[in-house]
Amino acid sequence: MNNNSHHLSSTMPLLRFTTAGSVDDGKSTLIGRLLFDNKSIFEDQLDAIALASKRRGESQINLSLLTDGLRAEREQGITIDVAYRYFSTPRRKFIIADTPGHFQYTRNMVTGASTAHLALILVDARNGIVEQTIRHTFIASLLGIRHILVCINKMDLVNFEEGVYLKILSSFQKINGRLGLTNVQFIPISALQGDNIVEKSARMPWYTGKTLLETLEETPAENTTSAKGRFPVQYVIRPDQQKFPDFRGYAGRVAGGVFYRNQKVIALPSGMKASIQSVIKGTEELETVPNGSSVTISLDKDIDIGRGSLIVPEKEIPRSASSLQAMICWFSQIPMHPNGKYLLMHVTGTYKCRIEEIFFISDMNTLNEMPGRPLEMNDIGKVRLKLAKPVFFDLYKENRTTGSFILVDETTNATIAAGMIEG
Amino acid sequence: MELLAVPTGHLNELEDEAIYVLREVAAQFERAAILFSGGKDSIVLVHLAMKAFYPALPPFSMLHIDTGHNFQETLEFRDALAQKTGLPLFVRFVEDSIRQGKVKDETGYNASRNVLQTVTLLDAIEELKIDAAIGGGRRDEEKARAKERFFSHRDEFGQWDPRNQRPELWNIFNGRKNPGEHFRVFPISNWTELDVWLYILKEKIPVPSLYFTHRREVFFRDGIWLANAPFMIRKSSETIEIRDVRCRTIGDITCTGLTLSRASTVEEIVREIAASRITERGGRYDDKRSEAAMEDRKREGYF
Repeated sequence: MNNNSHHLSSTMPLLRFTTAGSVDDGKSTLIGRLLFDNKSIFEDQLDAIALASKRRGESQINLSLLTDGLRAEREQGITIDVAYRYFSTPRRKFIIADTPGHFQYTRNMVTGASTAHLALILVDARNGIVEQTIRHTFIASLLGIRHILVCINKMDLVNFEEGVYLKILSSFQKINGRLGLTNVQFIPISALQGDNIVEKSARMPWYTGKTLLETLEETPAENTTSAKGRFPVQYVIRPDQQKFPDFRGYAGRVAGGVFYRNQKVIALPSGMKASIQSVIKGTEELETVPNGSSVTISLDKDIDIGRGSLIVPEKEIPRSASSLQAMICWFSQIPMHPNGKYLLMHVTGTYKCRIEEIFFISDMNTLNEMPGRPLEMNDIGKVRLKLAKPVFFDLYKENRTTGSFILVDETTNATIAAGMIEG
Repeated sequence: MELLAVPTGHLNELEDEAIYVLREVAAQFERAAILFSGGKDSIVLVHLAMKAFYPALPPFSMLHIDTGHNFQETLEFRDALAQKTGLPLFVRFVEDSIRQGKVKDETGYNASRNVLQTVTLLDAIEELKIDAAIGGGRRDEEKARAKERFFSHRDEFGQWDPRNQRPELWNIFNGRKNPGEHFRVFPISNWTELDVWLYILKEKIPVPSLYFTHRREVFFRDGIWLANAPFMIRKSSETIEIRDVRCRTIGDITCTGLTLSRASTVEEIVREIAASRITERGGRYDDKRSEAAMEDRKREGYF
């Protein structure tokens, strides 16, 4: 064995994708198929669900039992909460955020979509585009998922006809005309029989594109468009001063652009300037670190920086305001209080805020904007928030980390809403 | 050596994510402890914590709940790691909870102190005023764990309410709580068993030799090889055999299943796991008790 390398095959970065749909769309079957074909369902798990299926009097192995993790879910035959599934091919590791189709639909779909690079939208070939398809697509677009993969499933039940596929494709394009998603791909599949999942289907020679797995393996893991440097400070590191005299490090995870030694930076909100003295990852000093890295940065001079501060390159200052316009999704059973005061958690900072104006509520089935009213559970709408002090931010479409926030109810500490900054 | 046919392009990202979570714990809580079991997952957690705060020491202590039925090597490994890292170590004993009359030892062939640990753990959390207990739980381990959050809220009785969890969006973790409540935090939620071993290989992290092949007295029960020990009660049909085995998980001896294996290096373990068709908890006796065994234990405040 070579001393310098472990001969591990270095491959594509992690791909996180979200699946959404009801049981009838064949979602469980599709996930079961992906896990099974990639050897990610183990014998003891199969034995356990075979036994459980039998106990319920079902003749076939019910793959949805694999994804229903909680007792209440199995008892009621519904999925309540987002479940995370893992599988790998020799080329790549995948995380599926499997979101339920009915219960707490918006809340779960939004949660799953918030970290996804790709949304897998299932359409039943017999039914074509239904309201749920529109809702999925709307949420995927709202949460800024860069890649949309529309799988037209159950092609075996429509005799693998190209005409059915083309008709669904064109009606989807009509919806998309209003949403403006750019990276949309379509694949005709049969999850049950395995057509175009791992192997190309011989029964649909008219389809010349990639299989589902090839597409997943090759999709870039992008989630932010901005290359502007963003380093939110999580924590200040102050080691033993005898061993490391004068060392003061700022721990954080790069949320945009790159950071490097000797870079001229500015700390916000203080506005003080400094140069990066060292960038430490683990126990090593590096010259430069890319987006996504958890590192510790030290500066050439002592300036006012703490949790909630943002370190940015001198010429890449973000926006700043104490009034924000944002799309928000309401999660709480308690409706929004007009003029209500909430806590806003944004990157590593927490701010008091007040709802000042409700512009409109989105009708997720028609994509129309309805007149503003206080949001109720699972509503999505556009609001203006007034903050107790200015916040440094980017637009959500520019940067998913510095453009997003959650709202917290100060009395219960519950997370009651998620927001995407629009201006 | 042949190429390992497994992807590794994601290991850096998993490390970045876990370190981010550990730093959120340091920033949002005052008395956080790593729940240390002596197993590979908690060893990896300690390694990640040392990297996350370098050159300072992590602002965490280590807490071990000792069932009294541990492998001797686990205890030695634990003490050596605490000494090497300089992290304060607290050990609390299930034996004490039994003596105080808070729990009763189970009896019979499948008697285990695994469930009893919960009481000792919750007492320790209260006694030491721990507000964040960092665990090595992973979502791929078990179906109830697949629904677990990174920051998992526990009420003042230490209970988990899986139907009423806080949604977790982007990288924003809401650790706000009322006095008496605490959080369980799972920084390696998104890792699989294979990821843990690939990371141990990449970072050259020492692990107890129990993970490697060794010859041991074992007996076979309900499809699982169990280690022979003085407190293990065997049925008359269960005979002791000598086998080459290794631990795939390290827990209480009474419920830790052993794998027949000749893997003697981390690379051999990686290859064995990559080819395995049985999950690591498939060998855990504690999960076989019912379809919802893990969920029930977790609701009560288990690890």
